[in-house]
Amino acid sequence: MDDTELARRLASDLDGTFETLVRTHVDRCFSIALRLLADASDAEEVAQDALVRAYRALERYPAERIRELDLRAWLATITLNAARSRRRRQADRRPPLSLDAVGSESRSAGAQTVGSSLASLVAGLPERYRAPIVLRYVDDLTYSQIAQVLGRPEGTLKAQVHRGLALLHAAHDAAEREELSA
Amino acid sequence: MNANVTNLEADLRELRVSAPPAVARRALVAVGLADEYASVASPIGDVLVAWNGRGVSFVARAGDDTEFERRFVAEVGRPLARADAVPDRLANAIRRRLGGDRRAAVPLDLRNRTPFEVAVWRKALEIPRGEVRPYGWIAAEIGRPKAVRAVGSALGHNPVPLVVPCHRVVRGDGTIGQYSMGGPEVKRRVLTSEGVDVDALVDLASRGVRYVGSDTTRIVCHPTCHQARRIQPAHRVPFRSLAAAAADGYRPCRSCRPVAVAA
Repeated sequence: MDDTELARRLASDLDGTFETLVRTHVDRCFSIALRLLADASDAEEVAQDALVRAYRALERYPAERIRELDLRAWLATITLNAARSRRRRQADRRPPLSLDAVGSESRSAGAQTVGSSLASLVAGLPERYRAPIVLRYVDDLTYSQIAQVLGRPEGTLKAQVHRGLALLHAAHDAAEREELSA
Repeated sequence: MNANVTNLEADLRELRVSAPPAVARRALVAVGLADEYASVASPIGDVLVAWNGRGVSFVARAGDDTEFERRFVAEVGRPLARADAVPDRLANAIRRRLGGDRRAAVPLDLRNRTPFEVAVWRKALEIPRGEVRPYGWIAAEIGRPKAVRAVGSALGHNPVPLVVPCHRVVRGDGTIGQYSMGGPEVKRRVLTSEGVDVDALVDLASRGVRYVGSDTTRIVCHPTCHQARRIQPAHRVPFRSLAAAAADGYRPCRSCRPVAVAA
């Protein structure tokens, strides 16, 4: 079932269709959360929370609005928001991820743990590059959808994705050099 | 460099992963489209309790998990999975409720039940631990005084026995009546565990006594009402009917609100 049909059915029978929405999109929600937060148990909580938020929203929305939803972009937005609120709640409990220290993080954490693991490099990207990179490649959204999700102009997003890729390359190369010299 | 970028993009796509199965299941449970169950200690031994994000949905004594699941699916019709334990907050609320604390709010999921059934179950929740009321009392209290048999039937279909204390509702003639969790003997055990003197109750019933009054306050109660239990033996006056009590100048207790009920 494609998303247009799924949205149409959600609009007419939420309880009968929601499980299909969950099964179709749960891996995406989890992958986005995992690559943003770099912690599997946090990502499980966030994906679950996002799906519950989606249900509660669909309960309130008029049928017309549900039928017109771009489910992929909409769920990505909810997942991102759920990840942000989880990070906010955790901010008191443990030190935040270093957001602007790709190089320093891989150096301080040591090549043996961070190494060239792409997931760790993504997690170390500054926030403004990380979300566009995750949505563009991990989740395969179009720039127009990412613009919807993040509320940034497409041109800005393309530049941020470009810059993000460059940072990942640099970090990857640095990590490899470190591995060689170790 | 271009080849590298292409590799990097391909590698990034590889970061898509499958969610652990528990994520979908827990989301469906949270919104009430699936349920989980685990066992809980009760006055009649361990019982199995099913719940979802809306509340407790099903309680039963079952020989084993398979039987419980079969009954749940037949009666409720949602997917069900075994959990290790009831979540702490819910478990505490259930424990307090079974212990007689009526302030302990146990959320209940009573979707797809008739308004009449739900009214009967909500009313049963008001009967204090250690007390019983006749079926006719529930019927009168929910404004359907003639629907005594329907009340009995609704109580027999109570999906959450013990949590909704249908065992505190007895026959109009004072005998303890049927019980969906395993017949009169089990009902007697639950009531005894709550402090009801079942033998005394049955004894009163066999002598035709339905109400008890105090000749000092001139108030008449159901025999198990906490007000009635405070009456000194010397001042305790048995009545066969409310009409007889009224004729002697007794008014109904405002706490247990006795009503005239047929056997």
